[in-house]
Amino acid sequence: MEFPADLKYTENDEWIRLEGNVGTIGITDYAQEQLSDVVYVEVSVSVGDTVAQGDTFAAVESVKAAADVYLPASGKVLEVNEGLADAPELVNSDPYGEAWMVKIELSDPSELDALMDAAAYEKYCQERSH
Amino acid sequence: MAEPLIYELSRAGCPPFPLPDPDVPLSELPQGLTREDLPLPELPESEVVRHFVRLSQLNYAVDIGFYPLGSCTMKYNPKINEDAARLPGFAFTHPLQDPETVQGNLLLMYELQEWLKEIGGFAGVSLQPAAGAHGELTGILIIRAYHLHRGDKQRTKILIPDSAHGTNPATTSMAGFTMVKLPSDERGNVDLESLRAECDDTVAGLMLTNPNTLGLFEEHLQEVIDLVHGCGGLVYGDGANLNALLGVVRPGDLGFDVLHYNLHKTFSTPHGGGGPGSGPVGVCERLVDFLPGPIAAKVEEGDDEMPPLFGLIMPAKSIGRVKAFQGHFGVIVRAYTYIRMQGAAGLRAVADHAVLNANYLRVRLHDTYHVPYDRICMHEFVAEGRWDDAPQVRALDIAKRLMDYGFHPPTNYFPLIVHEALMIEPTETETKETLDAFARAMLKIAEEARRDPELLKSAPHETPFGRVDEVRAAKQLILRYQPESQG
Amino acid sequence: MAFIPHTEEDRRAMLAAIGVERIEELYQAVPQEVRFPELDLPEPLSEMEAAQELQALAEANVDTQHFACFLGAGAYRHFIPSVVDHVLRRSEFYTAYTPYQPEISQGTLQAAFEFQSLMCDLTGMEVSNASHYDGATALAEAVIMAMAHHRGKRTRFVLSPAINPQYRQVVRTYMQGRDVQLVGDDDLDNDGKSLTELVDENTALVAVQYPDFFGRIEDFSLLGEAAHAAGALFAVVVNPLALGLLKPPAEFGADIVVGEAQPLGIPLSYGGPYLGIFTTRKQYVRKMAGRIIGQTMDNRGQRAFVTTLTPREQHIRRERATSNICTNQGLMTLAATTYLALMGKQGLRKVAELCYHKAHYAAQSINALDGYELWNQGPFFHEFVVKCPRPVAEINDYLLEYEILGGYDLGRDYPGLENHMLLAVTEANSRDEIDDLIQALEEVARG
Repeated sequence: MEFPADLKYTENDEWIRLEGNVGTIGITDYAQEQLSDVVYVEVSVSVGDTVAQGDTFAAVESVKAAADVYLPASGKVLEVNEGLADAPELVNSDPYGEAWMVKIELSDPSELDALMDAAAYEKYCQERSH
Repeated sequence: MAEPLIYELSRAGCPPFPLPDPDVPLSELPQGLTREDLPLPELPESEVVRHFVRLSQLNYAVDIGFYPLGSCTMKYNPKINEDAARLPGFAFTHPLQDPETVQGNLLLMYELQEWLKEIGGFAGVSLQPAAGAHGELTGILIIRAYHLHRGDKQRTKILIPDSAHGTNPATTSMAGFTMVKLPSDERGNVDLESLRAECDDTVAGLMLTNPNTLGLFEEHLQEVIDLVHGCGGLVYGDGANLNALLGVVRPGDLGFDVLHYNLHKTFSTPHGGGGPGSGPVGVCERLVDFLPGPIAAKVEEGDDEMPPLFGLIMPAKSIGRVKAFQGHFGVIVRAYTYIRMQGAAGLRAVADHAVLNANYLRVRLHDTYHVPYDRICMHEFVAEGRWDDAPQVRALDIAKRLMDYGFHPPTNYFPLIVHEALMIEPTETETKETLDAFARAMLKIAEEARRDPELLKSAPHETPFGRVDEVRAAKQLILRYQPESQG
Repeated sequence: MAFIPHTEEDRRAMLAAIGVERIEELYQAVPQEVRFPELDLPEPLSEMEAAQELQALAEANVDTQHFACFLGAGAYRHFIPSVVDHVLRRSEFYTAYTPYQPEISQGTLQAAFEFQSLMCDLTGMEVSNASHYDGATALAEAVIMAMAHHRGKRTRFVLSPAINPQYRQVVRTYMQGRDVQLVGDDDLDNDGKSLTELVDENTALVAVQYPDFFGRIEDFSLLGEAAHAAGALFAVVVNPLALGLLKPPAEFGADIVVGEAQPLGIPLSYGGPYLGIFTTRKQYVRKMAGRIIGQTMDNRGQRAFVTTLTPREQHIRRERATSNICTNQGLMTLAATTYLALMGKQGLRKVAELCYHKAHYAAQSINALDGYELWNQGPFFHEFVVKCPRPVAEINDYLLEYEILGGYDLGRDYPGLENHMLLAVTEANSRDEIDDLIQALEEVARG
């Protein structure tokens, strides 16, 4: 299982990659493994929306589970990954790459300070595997 | 093995099912409002019958064998029930007939209401809800209406244990409440400390399944109910597991304020491949006026010469109708027939033998399958379908392998608080020989899990179909016949 | 102790295995002060005696096999071919549970897939679920779906007054815990045209019935367009049997088509069990509640069917599910599927036309009687409204003496329609029955 060091993580298994003032967001390797085969991804925010940390912005479904995905940070939606609707399996095969879900312009980058780093998140995942 | 779809058996121009010609003058059909094409199949009667008989042969059913599906109470469905529901006087009465013309129906409904009140320990019953989940919605709406009627408007929370069936939280949301999840303690009961912390004047009620989904009777039931009542909340009973309580204890006597009965579980009406069910709701005295209607009532007392007159009434502060007409009358007739043949002693014997069978199977299996809450159970118990020395094997594989031995698998992956759960409910209508045969199969599978796990992973082998690809179904989403995409 | 197979020896051996002496010991967890109540129930009957008692109860009713029935209003007496009940009596179907294990449930699953296909064909819609409890709860689920579609942000629901009054009552029951407004059905004059004026930017759903509660057939294209222009969904409540003849609602823009499929081979049975249908457009499939069957393959390369999209449902989504439905009307879908397979393309059309012609013959004949007047304007299917010279209850009492079950008293639901009777005529009504009705109505008018 991968835990890229350049990302920040939430307790709900979302990741965010900060580049300048832009955050790219998706769900983690741990999350995709828990869900098993993802068959559907629906992003419910649109480019231009103003969104807040903790808002639901996407739903991911496998054949045995449904997960709501929450925003790790507040800001304005810059881009939505439209490709996932037709290729939901990318969430399983490349959760940190091609399966990014939205990009937002952060309104308060300090919100990320409260999130977990890779080491803390890896520990958090190990604890839950028991 | 696969049977063609009814559309694939269609032959254009096949002579139609014979119907009489019009015996009245013809009228002009409405212009611009009729359809051009009606794309239905065309088959002769003989082929229609064969198609559905062949389909029936692809099913497993209670009439074929043992069906220990936990929390579903798959008992034998007496055949007289089927004949009773089809009596012309029942099957061919219209729901809106004048009550004076359907006194037989109304008497039957009235009697069943009275019996369910007696069995559950309640002051009133409505037969209207169509199924268990429908009864839940009804019950929670009654609780809501009760609080509002008293001007008690700040009650927004419904408390639900983590072992509950998914319908409970879904019901809560449908009724506009917020759900608060209560953890279970290490013995599988509601955790009292967590409950105490939540009990305040925002609690509308608690939804409790008792016996719970582990098959266990709540050990602190009285404290749980007292805590909820103490903060002004009401207690809703999910009656899915009532089979264990018949003549043993009445939920109303325990302090439950509302309960739904599953006629299709406890009272032997068939499950029909997923329905129809029937989910009557019983309530305590203070909630009687809020029941949904119409319900059957004695509108004129009888005397020596005249029988009483029955009618349909709407309770004074009713939450309203929850469905069209009076309820699933055909199912109600079946349940009436069953209770009429059991009487009080028969119902008690049902509970006794359901509990006996469950405990017997539990002790036959608990050395081989870990039973996490291993004590005297009620009508069902939950085992784990996993072993440290057979790491590849999961509960699902055990379930699938059971089919090869001719049994329907238990419920798996529920309740959520047990890992790899196998929830086993044998019901009272099974013989000791059947239970022994099932236990032998389970023990054999446990051996196979160590010796040849692949045998389980690739099961079932003896069934007309193998494991189906659920991912493919969810991705391609073919939900209706499409000539171009049929394989 | 009916249906319990244990011998005394079985009980002894089983109790010994458990390690207790008596069955009573298994109930230690049950509070003693309320344990083992004496239930006051009648003494049990043998099967022979029970059959006699039930026969007597059934015979205490007046039924539609012995009396001519002109009562409809949401439940209809139709001819049911023998095949339907023979299929329903296959206990491989009726004693199975919900098809959780697809390898041994392909009969139930494929029949339900065929049902979904037939409902799509009849309504013209793209997807169907495997049923709701009845037409009324299907409409309530449509309201909930529209609410979820708009994420709870739109709170206005426009209902036609010509939707079955019981269905509208059920919608209100379901929605009593939600902060919504249900409008439009308080004025009997609200037709397809005037309802368009009630549609606004806060409207989540517009719902009508087709044929409506009074039997009338209206093309709702303009209303559908108005709903869509405002961003609302458009739902149509149907009688699926009428769709054997009538233009499917998909052709006038329906987003959701619900209805009561009792007319498709299901007996009246004093109100249930019946069959709620729910169809919609493919784009809304994930918002549709209830069980859905999809096509797939098994690991031997055979086409197979399985419940799909289950993460929408309560057992996975729990408090986030939009509906709590679990048990549906499985066996009733089998009845409708068998009925439609047997009737087929030509048969269903013929049944619908027979209903149409007989109802029109009856309506015209009654309209010609002194004191009676056809209230309907415009086209209708197999139900119509007659303004009567006397209260409907009085007329119906008189008809009963002629072994006729008269029509529905609309004054019960609609102020202003006192003395108005809703009559239904189907293929099961012979011309003799209709002529008897006409004669009796003529007599009762003379007093």
